[in-house]
Order: sequence, then structure tokens, then C-alpha cells
Amino acid sequence: MTATALKHTVSTDTWQPLCAKADLVAFSGVAAWLNTSEGPAQVAIFYLPRQRSQGQEKELYALDHFDPFSNANVIARGIIGDVKGSPVVASPLYKQHFRLEDGQCLEDEDVKLRTWKVAFRGEEVWVEK
Amino acid sequence: MATPTKLIIIGNGMVGHHLAEQLVESGALERFEVTIFGEERHRAYDRVHLSEYFSGRDADSLALCEADYYTNHGITLRSGEAVTRIDREQQTVITAQGSYPYDQLVLATGSFPFVPPIPGNDSEGCLVYRTLDDLDAIQAAAKNATNGVVVGGGLLGLEAANALRDLNLDTAVVEFAPRLMPMQVDNEGGELLKEKIEALGVQVLTERATQRIEPGETSRLRMVFQDDKVLETDLIVFSAGIRPQDTLARECGLNIGERGGVVIDDQCCTSDPAILAIGEVALWNQSIFGLVAPGYQMAKAALSTLTGGDTHFSGADMSTKLKLLGVDVGSIGDAHGTQNPGARMFRYLDPITQVYRKMVVTSDGKKLLGAMLVGDNGAYDTLLQYYANGIELPKEPASLILPQQSGAAPALGPDALPETAMICSCHNVTKGDICTAIDGGAADLANVKGATKASTGCGGCTALLKSVVDHELEARGVEVDKSICEHFAHTRQELYDIVRVEGIKTFSELIEKHGNQDTHCLGCDICKPAVASILASCFNEPITDAAHVPLQDTNDTFMANMQKNGTYSVVPRIAGGEITPDKLVVLGQVAQKYQLYTKVTGGQRIDLFGARLEDLPAIWGELIEAGFETGHAYGKSLRTVKSCVGSTWCRYGVQDSVGMAIKLENRYKGLRAPHKIKFGVSGCTRECAEAQSKDIGIIATENGWNLYVCGNGGMRPRHAELFATDLDDEQLYRTIDRFLMFYVRTADRLQRTSVWRENLDGGLEYLKEVILEDSLGINSELERQMQHVVDSYQCEWANAISDPDKLKRFRSFVNDARPDPSIIMTSERGQLRPA
Ligand SMILES: Cc1cc2nc3c(=O)[nH]c(=O)nc-3n(C[C@H](O)[C@H](O)[C@H](O)COP(=O)(O)OP(=O)(O)OC[C@H]3O[C@@H](n4cnc5c(N)ncnc54)[C@H](O)[C@@H]3O)c2cc1C
Ligand code: SF4
Ligand code: SF4
Ligand code: FES
Repeated sequence: MTATALKHTVSTDTWQPLCAKADLVAFSGVAAWLNTSEGPAQVAIFYLPRQRSQGQEKELYALDHFDPFSNANVIARGIIGDVKGSPVVASPLYKQHFRLEDGQCLEDEDVKLRTWKVAFRGEEVWVEK
Repeated sequence: MATPTKLIIIGNGMVGHHLAEQLVESGALERFEVTIFGEERHRAYDRVHLSEYFSGRDADSLALCEADYYTNHGITLRSGEAVTRIDREQQTVITAQGSYPYDQLVLATGSFPFVPPIPGNDSEGCLVYRTLDDLDAIQAAAKNATNGVVVGGGLLGLEAANALRDLNLDTAVVEFAPRLMPMQVDNEGGELLKEKIEALGVQVLTERATQRIEPGETSRLRMVFQDDKVLETDLIVFSAGIRPQDTLARECGLNIGERGGVVIDDQCCTSDPAILAIGEVALWNQSIFGLVAPGYQMAKAALSTLTGGDTHFSGADMSTKLKLLGVDVGSIGDAHGTQNPGARMFRYLDPITQVYRKMVVTSDGKKLLGAMLVGDNGAYDTLLQYYANGIELPKEPASLILPQQSGAAPALGPDALPETAMICSCHNVTKGDICTAIDGGAADLANVKGATKASTGCGGCTALLKSVVDHELEARGVEVDKSICEHFAHTRQELYDIVRVEGIKTFSELIEKHGNQDTHCLGCDICKPAVASILASCFNEPITDAAHVPLQDTNDTFMANMQKNGTYSVVPRIAGGEITPDKLVVLGQVAQKYQLYTKVTGGQRIDLFGARLEDLPAIWGELIEAGFETGHAYGKSLRTVKSCVGSTWCRYGVQDSVGMAIKLENRYKGLRAPHKIKFGVSGCTRECAEAQSKDIGIIATENGWNLYVCGNGGMRPRHAELFATDLDDEQLYRTIDRFLMFYVRTADRLQRTSVWRENLDGGLEYLKEVILEDSLGINSELERQMQHVVDSYQCEWANAISDPDKLKRFRSFVNDARPDPSIIMTSERGQLRPA
């Protein structure tokens, strides 16, 4: 990969603050409202504090809170884990797994949750709309 | 393509259905245009498990295929349409609705129950036991009845007796022969069986020939016997044998056996080559086969005949293993030793534990010709293999039926079986077939089942199949992977021991020290809740503590049960089902205030549905204020102790069942286990609390309490087994302490006590040795552990609402306090429910 491909600018106006770091629950999820270009959306924010033995790169993930299998907003209340090396969340209702990285459902290739870029800025959590 | 052959199958029973399934699976269907006629209104169902209809299964769950199976495969099923005549000349079948031409016809009409020609046998209240409709009729008749009689003490008769008993009727069995199950057991066995069955409260009358049935005085009917003795009863179920349903065949002039049955050859052809017969209607080599496995083999032979193959029917083994009224009965080969001149017999009779075993061997003592078991079928699988495969008996053949030191049945290891050993007779799967499947890529039990269909019939071969598969996999160097998931190369039991021995108190420490290093070390939704449960069983720290909360399933995290729209149900503990009016009022007020749907549960509590996540703390605040505590309905833990009112109110009660239920519920509440645990306590043998369907069932006796264990309701009901009798209160607690802790320690994840018990090597005997005789020397430790759990109990909700950090999670959204607008309710019967 060339250096240019990595270059991206964080333009401040597409990012918005969502909540405080203290609102998060380590190794688990919380739900939040986000204003997106397609209107307001419920997002699930997962916080996986980096640990010694882990190779994982990201600490924060944002996915749809909406579970397409149950049509209920419950994803943030799922259990976190990893399946074959990728971090996933299991839907609390019917237990399908969704990859945190890209929202892909592991049981059904046609189902994918939306994902957003999310990062800490100081003690705040910011998301790209 | 050539025009398809018009194939008509008469009878949509087990065997007729099996033929259709074989046609589908063999791919031969495209050459046929198949029409099936079924006289019953239900599509083919599992008659073998018919009696489960009374223990909760319905027509749909007993059905042998999905409702659209036939249509999906282009087969026409005409249910509720009986064939009334076969016109062989025109090659048509005639029904009330029309006539239908055939090129090939298959008779799979089964049999009908034989009703002895006794005057009055058609009175109201005289019934039979064969179809779902029969069972509906029995159920309806039982509504206004207090007692019932089964005529016929054979296999089906005893099954019918059990059903009547389950319907709460005082039940009697009337048998013409001098003993029960005359076909399967001898005099000794019959006597033992009779004792066992009478101990269950079923009256057994042998050598009784009913002369007539007339209106009764105290009951609906009266039976008059040969000696003019009488028996009054409200209903009579005839189960005096079956007769082949061969009327159609008779009337169109096919060859019929002297005592009924459509004569077939090895190809299943009748005397008219265009007509085949299979299942219980068919007579092969002078024999009718009244079991499903031979019927399935005939279906396979018939398929082969229809498609030009060369699979023949060559007879079938009639060995059977049954549990009748909870009593094991097994019969293998020549169980009476009457078919083999010179045969010798070994007999073992234990009048105390009521076990009888008999072996019939060749005169040189080398081969097993037959066997009979009453009271314990533990040796059945092994004996059957000796018999079916002609394996040479050990030097001391008696060792096979004598009690073993360890209590375990003398198992014939899978490696001793020849390739031809029949493992699953329902689907004709041999050990060789299993090896072929494994060599063809089936790398675990599930895949072997998928590839061979073994153990998907009557299920009798499950244990044997598993041991053969495990053995063959191991022989091929495949390590049988018992790991709980990809994060730990350990079973739940091993993890439990590690946690206990090393005193590990958190998931992160456990995965750090004992997890697989190549994964991300996050764990997953399999191992995390399992470890959370182990930690709770061992240390009983609050599950919502920061270190434990990410491990929990959503129900444990939020201490409520998530329902399908993402709201929760709230179930406060109502120990023993006893609640004061004041508390009842509070429940009503809380439900009104938070607009909760209320329903009484099967466990004698009140369930409040539709609570929003963000309302849970406030709801619990009010409930705790009123003196309620959490009911753990969300946890894999003790749920409820159901009780009847007992001696306090009930005129039959012999002990205070409610008092005991409350003591037990308070003792074991909060105990986290591999799966949920339910108790029941009844105040007398009438068993109104249904304790025998619970993990722990307690029934009051004049002298104390009888303890039953490992029962289950739910998907696979199982009667609890009597474990100890006449215990006083203290003995009862100690025994349950040990039993539960032993279960917690050794069960697999999500394994109820019933399944755990079925998989326990050595079975009930072993369990009794461990718990009652302390054969492993662990009882004081088990008791200590339980005492720790009891002493460290705290209400999880009380703990959570006093901790602002824990309450942080109970917010709809971290950046908006408003509720989730997409939860929409509508009202029905005066309450709210999800729209
Ligand atoms: C309570 C009970 C327990 C049993 N337990 C066991 C067990 O543990 N193990 C075991 O191996 N076997 C057991 N059996 C026996 C087993 O169920 C039978 O062997 C098996 O069902 C035979 O299948 P079949 O298709 O030949 O007959 P059936 O299943 O009886 O099917 C015949 C069907 O044909 C229909 N029919 C009849 N005449 C016509 C007509 N003229 N037109 C249209 N349809 C018609 C009938 O209505 C019926 O539905 C049990 C049976 C009962 C009743
Ligand atoms: S089980 Fe016995 S004591 Fe309890 S309610 Fe029933 S009859 Fe009465
Ligand atoms: S039986 Fe149990 S799982 Fe099934 S719908 Fe009823 S409550 Fe739900
Ligand atoms: S023997 Fe019946 S399922 Fe295998």
C-alpha cells in the first residue's frame, strides 16, 4: 500500500461528539442517537479497552443498534466476543453474530449492519456522521 | 421423457411415509406421479411416540414431516380420504370422492386394534389406543371419569395404562394370560413386573377373561369376569393386540394369510405383481412385524422393487427395549429359550432392587441366543450386540448379567463389534456404514447422523452410536474435540475444576492463564456466560460487578428477561407461590404505573411484561420497597419451588408442603448452575404440584419426604426418578445440597439435570453411590460449597440499585433520556402487548 492511500483528512464538520468516555461500559455496549445524513439513527457503541495480550487495533466500534432479525433495537445489549479472530457482537435475541469491524452478519451473508467511524477525543467519544 | 408411472400409496402412516421419503431421497421421484391416501385427518405422525401426546406434544410436533413436504416434492397427499375398494382389473382405487388409476399400488394400511368379541364392547366409554383421534377420545372420556381399565397387559396395554394414570384415573390392567407381557417375559419376569407396576398404583388383574360389559352401578361400566367377579369402571381401553388392516386386499382377492395379513415375498410383492404391501399389514414368511424398524426395511425393499434395484426384505429382529410405566423391559431374540433345543439359561433375580435378567445361550455356552431384562435395561445394548453379531461370550457368561462392582453395566466396547454390527436398526446402519461415513468426511457425531440417518428414528441407539463414533474418530487419530469453544481447549467441567482449584475469580485471569493464545482473548457468547456461571457457583459475587458484567447474557446483565421487541419482563420471587394480599396489591400498582402486561406463570409467580430498559431500576425500587426480591427468572439458576397447599388446607395433605417449598426456595435462591433448576413440593402422593416433572421433586409421606431427581417438563419431558425415601427435613437439605453441587460441578453448559442424568456413566445407581454413600468422598466439600452460596446470597437487584455505577447501563440512550420511540404497543383483552 502506498502512503497516499492511507492519507485521509478528518474534517471536523462531519464528526460530532456523542457522549463521554465515562458513559461507556468496558467490553460491552451502550446505545446512542446519532444524526446522520439519512436522518437520526440509533447506534450501538462498543468499547474494547486495549489489553496486553491482544492484537486488536481498535478500541471503539459503532454499529446499527437495530437488529434486522428481530426488528428491535437491541444490538448494544449483545455479548461481545471474537470468532475466528474478529471481534463480534452476538444479538441478544436470536444470537446471530455481527462483525464489529464492518457489521457483516456471520450467519447470513446478505445481512450487514451499518458502521460508523468512531474515536476518542480526550474524554469524549466522537462519531463521523 | 417417458410418462411417469402412476404410483398410489394407501396409508399415510409411519411406513407409508417412509416409502415416500425414500422416493424423494433416492431421486427416483421424477419417474413417478405419486398420490398418497390417508384415512386419518392428520398427515403421517410418529405413532411410536404417540403417548407423548398426553405429556404435551401435539399433532404438529409428532408429525414426521413439515406440512408442505409433500407439495414441495410434487407428491399429492389426500388426507382424510379412505380408499374403499381396489379394482384390480381397471387398476383403479375408489374412494368416497372418486376413482384414481394406478400403474403400481402400495398397501401400507397398517393394523387396527383388536377388540375381543365381548357383549357390550361397543358401549360408550369403550375405546382403543392407536391414533391421535383415539387419544382425543380417551382424553374427552377421562374428563368425567375417576377410574379406567385397560384390557390387555402387553406392551401397548401397559403404555395405555400409563396414559390413563397420567390422566389422573385410578387405573387397572386386566390380562387374560397368567402374567403381564406374556410375549416378552417369563413367569419370574412377569411377577416382578407386576410388583413394580402395582407399586406405581396401577392395579394388575391376571387370568381374567371378561365375559360381558354392562352398565355399572357406581361407575359408568361394569365388567363381568369368568368367575362372575365384577369390576366397575368409567372407561375401558382395549389393547388386546393388533390385526392387519387387510380388508381392501381381502375384498380384491389378494392372497391373505390364515390369520390375516397380506402375503408378500422378499420384494414386498403381493400375489398381484402390480400391488406391493409394506408395514404392519404385510405378512412375510408367516410373520407380521409389529414394529416400525422392520416396516422401514420393507419400505426400502419396496423402493428397490419399484425402481428395479435388488434390495430384499429378509426378515427382521424383533428385539425390543422399552420403558413401560417407568419400568425397563428388554427382550432379545429367543428370550424364552423355546426356539432352540438344548439351549441353556442363566438367571439373576434381585428381589430387593427388583431386577431380573436372563440369558439364553447355546449348549456350549459360547453364543447368546436370547435375553430378557426386567427392571434395568443397562445391559441391553451389550447383550444385543453379542446376540445380533454372534460374538463369542466371555468365559464367564454370567458376568454379563451379574451386578458389577462399579455399578456400571458391563459394556461391550465398540472395538469388539464387527463391521456388520447393526447399530441403528431403524435406519439399517451398521458399524461399517458409520466407518464409511467417517472416512467419507463426516468428522463428528452430527455429520455422521446427517450422512447415515442413524439415531433419527426411535432414538434407542443414541448412546451406542455416540460411543462408536467417538471410538472410530479416536482410532483415526481425530481428537474428539470436547472444547467448550474456540477460546478454551477445555470442557465446562475442566474449567470448573481449574477455577475451583486455582481460585481464579475473573474471566480475564482465566483466559489469560488457560485460554487459547491465538485468539483475540475476548471470549465469546458461549464461554463468557458459561464462565460467569462457574464463577457465580463458586464465589457468588454479584453478577453485575464490573469484572463480571460483560460476561453475562443480556438477561443477566439487565436482570430481566428480554422479550421479542427488546422490552423486558420482570419476575419478583414469590417463594413457594405464597403471597400476601398486600404484596399482590403492590404488584398490581406497579404494573398499572409502568403499564406492564401481567400474567401468572407456570411456576406460580407473576410475570410483568413490557418493561422498558430505563424503567427497570424504578420498578425494582418500588418492588424492593414493598419487600420483594429478585426472582432470578433471567438466570441459569434456581427458578421456582412450586407447591400445593398441603396439610395446612388440603384434607389429604400429610406434610406442610408450602412451608417446605418456602424453606427450599430461600435456601437455594441465587444458586447459579449450568442451566435453570426447578423444584416442586407436593403435600401427598396425589402430587398436585407436579413435582415429578421437576429437576428436584419432593413428595410428602407419612414419615417425611420422598425425593425425586432429574425430571423435566419442556421440550423433552422426563419423569423424575425416586432417589431417597422418608427423609426428615435436615436429611432432605443435605441430600439436595450434595446433589445440586455435584450437578453444578459435573454437568455440561446448558445441560438440564435430566440430560445430565441420561449421560451420566453408571446412571442413577452411580448417582446414589456418590450422593447417598459418599463413594467419592466429596460430600463434605459439596455441602461446604453449598453453604457458602447460601451464606453469601444477596438480592442482585438490591445490590444494583444502590450502586450508581451499575445503574449507568439502564439508560435507553447515553445521549438522550427519552425512551426508544420504535417500541410500539397495542391493547388486547384490556392490557398492552407488542404491536
Ligand atoms: C401406542 C403405540 C406405541 C408403539 N410403540 C412402538 C415402539 O416403541 N417401537 C416400535 O417399533 N413400534 C411401536 N409401535 C408400533 C408402530 O407404531 C407401528 O409398527 C408402525 O406405526 C407401523 O406403521 P404402518 O405404516 O405399517 O402402520 P400405521 O402407522 O398404522 O399406518 C397405517 C395408516 O394407514 C391408514 N389406512 C388404513 N386403511 C386405509 C384406507 N383404506 N385408506 C386410506 N388410509 C388407510 C391408517 O389410517 C393409518 O394412518 C407402537 C404403536 C402404538 C400404537
Ligand atoms: S398433593 Fe396432596 S396435599 Fe397437595 S393439594 Fe394435592 S391432594 Fe392436597
Ligand atoms: S413455549 Fe416458551 S419459548 Fe415457546 S412461545 Fe411459549 S414461552 Fe416462548
Ligand atoms: S434404532 Fe431407532 S433410531 Fe436407531
